[in-house]
Amino acid sequence: RGLSWGHASRAMVVKGKKADGTPVKAWKSQPCRLYVKGAILGFKRGLRNQHEGTSLIKIEGLQDKKDVDFYLGKRVVYIYKAIREVQGTKFRTIWGRVTRAHGSNGTVRAKFARNLPAKSMGGKCRVMLYPSRV
Amino acid sequence: MPATTARKAGKRSVSKAKKVVRKVLSRTKIGKKAPHNESATVGRSASYKRSGKWAVKAKNKGKFPVVKAPAKKEEAKTKAPRFYAAEDVPKPFNRRNVVKPAKLRDSITPGTVLILLAGRFRGKRVVFLKQLPSGLLMVTGPYKVNGVPIRRVNQAFVIATTTKVDVTGVDVAKFDDAYFAKAAVKKSKNADEFFATAKPTEELSPARKADQKAVDSKILAAVKKQEFLKPYLNSRFSLSKGQNPHAMVF
Repeated sequence: RGLSWGHASRAMVVKGKKADGTPVKAWKSQPCRLYVKGAILGFKRGLRNQHEGTSLIKIEGLQDKKDVDFYLGKRVVYIYKAIREVQGTKFRTIWGRVTRAHGSNGTVRAKFARNLPAKSMGGKCRVMLYPSRV
Repeated sequence: MPATTARKAGKRSVSKAKKVVRKVLSRTKIGKKAPHNESATVGRSASYKRSGKWAVKAKNKGKFPVVKAPAKKEEAKTKAPRFYAAEDVPKPFNRRNVVKPAKLRDSITPGTVLILLAGRFRGKRVVFLKQLPSGLLMVTGPYKVNGVPIRRVNQAFVIATTTKVDVTGVDVAKFDDAYFAKAAVKKSKNADEFFATAKPTEELSPARKADQKAVDSKILAAVKKQEFLKPYLNSRFSLSKGQNPHAMVF
């Protein structure tokens, strides 16, 4: 499943001029964010041992355990850059899914196809809106 | 002396047995299993009574019902096969589960406006027409409004909104999965043929364009009737700051 960056950078276009001659700019394309921003907190762990198979994700705007139900099963993607181009892009992805709530304040557990690298801790991920049950 | 005592003992033991039988029969119901109590030896008649066979007999007019054994089927005489495979041919397992098409969500009815979540037209709002036999959903932009042609989409990649468009009168009976299937590309066998044949051009057949027009004409008329529905279908869905999908009503 490809990750398209087609709408990542929205270009501005000049649309005419104002009375004093300064150009009027407007966005060329419509905004289209179809994911919820998430922060990768780290791995599931006790105080002294961590289990890298499950990552903890903090989803923006999610503050209660009772609201987590919407996000269960949703696909999550961690995106990172590399120097070498693979399949036409320098961006690489690790896909996963939200598996369950973690605690009572909206944190969520996710399992990825491959365990996330340690450098992802504190990084961003995208929680997509599919598979949708709405 | 021993005989009398034995008789006496026998009499006593019989009465005791009777008492036990009565106790057992009063405790147990007819037809149920014998109690675990090992000492409760029940005689033939008592056990017959307990088994309930007398009730079956009474129901069948005094005789126990006889069930005729089914006639033995004459096995078809097969000849010995002329050919035996050198190695065992693996037999496929019996598949008992039938793959059914995905159940359509209650929120999706013909005419519902759906938001596409992935694919080329992600974020676009489209009109749902019908569910195809494979379970995929058939949708259309309409094409003139937002550039989405008649297309198939998976239910899991779609959010159903509460906005509805009137699509009564739109004839979608002829569309099925075969209509949307990709044309099979002829595999070329030798290298020369592979490089010689140009890749099939992505020209849309006039039949497809006509189908698009036929489906869209009625929908466009319905879209025009609702205020703001056309610019709504033209715009893309997007999340912005402060918007939480779990709290949104679509």
